[in-house]
Amino acid sequence: MVHFSAEEKTAVTSLWGKVNVEEAGGEALGRLLVVYPWTQRFFDNFGNLSSASAIMGNPKVKAHGKKVLTSFGDAIKNMDNLKGAFAKLSELHCDKLHVDPENFRLLGNVLVIILASHFGKEFTPGVQAAWQKLMAGVATALAHKYH
Amino acid sequence: MSLTKAERTVILSLWDKISAQADVIGTEALERLFASYPQTKTYFPHLDLRPGSAHLRVHGAKVVAALGDAVKSIDNIAGALAKLSELHAYILRVDPVNFKLLSHCLLVTVASHFPADFTADAHTAWDKFLSIVSCVLTEKYR
Repeated sequence: MVHFSAEEKTAVTSLWGKVNVEEAGGEALGRLLVVYPWTQRFFDNFGNLSSASAIMGNPKVKAHGKKVLTSFGDAIKNMDNLKGAFAKLSELHCDKLHVDPENFRLLGNVLVIILASHFGKEFTPGVQAAWQKLMAGVATALAHKYH
Repeated sequence: MSLTKAERTVILSLWDKISAQADVIGTEALERLFASYPQTKTYFPHLDLRPGSAHLRVHGAKVVAALGDAVKSIDNIAGALAKLSELHAYILRVDPVNFKLLSHCLLVTVASHFPADFTADAHTAWDKFLSIVSCVLTEKYR
């Protein structure tokens, strides 16, 4: 089980408090679909994904991005028990959505990059490290119930 | 995997900004690598890797200079990095997984320094470019 130090928790929660979840969620999901176009395979019914601007402006992408990032917010409230917090979502992603867990790692890294672009110098190597640990923990938790 | 004309253009324009701060970017990318992925330090027992160290600065500059060589010969990255490819295959033998980690930390550094320029298209082009560089550096491994 992942253990977060008090410092790591602070690095995560203090930054999270300043994140516009709706905006960042849409940006993160959008960038995932632009930078790694094969991830579009899960979103056939999202409409126009034909270019970077189409993707970033797509209302379904924005809405779904917001949903995904809101769920990250739940992770942050449960950093000591990510596996428990994501058990149901893990089953969903395996049994209904059929998402390769590699995609969780890709999205986690895209989110880190977006945080870096929003927070600049404030997103120090130490802060990034705490977030990478959280991303890895979330990815593992989401893959935990796969069978 | 190869770069389109549009991707080359965007890589070159962002490179102008990166190269103006090459040492800073290179050093910071390494600092981020060692902070987030401490296992990568195992390849540098001979260096002082503490943030701010001269060793880190020298090595960071080296890494970005090599990227510069690749950018300058963007039509023939394999040719530009042939010697480095042999070095990594026969002497350094850094496990291929680590190139993804350093590439990611380079992107994080660039995003944090140049947020306005690091558009979705620039992000894609640079991610692709660094994948190609990583491929070239590991292609002689076996």
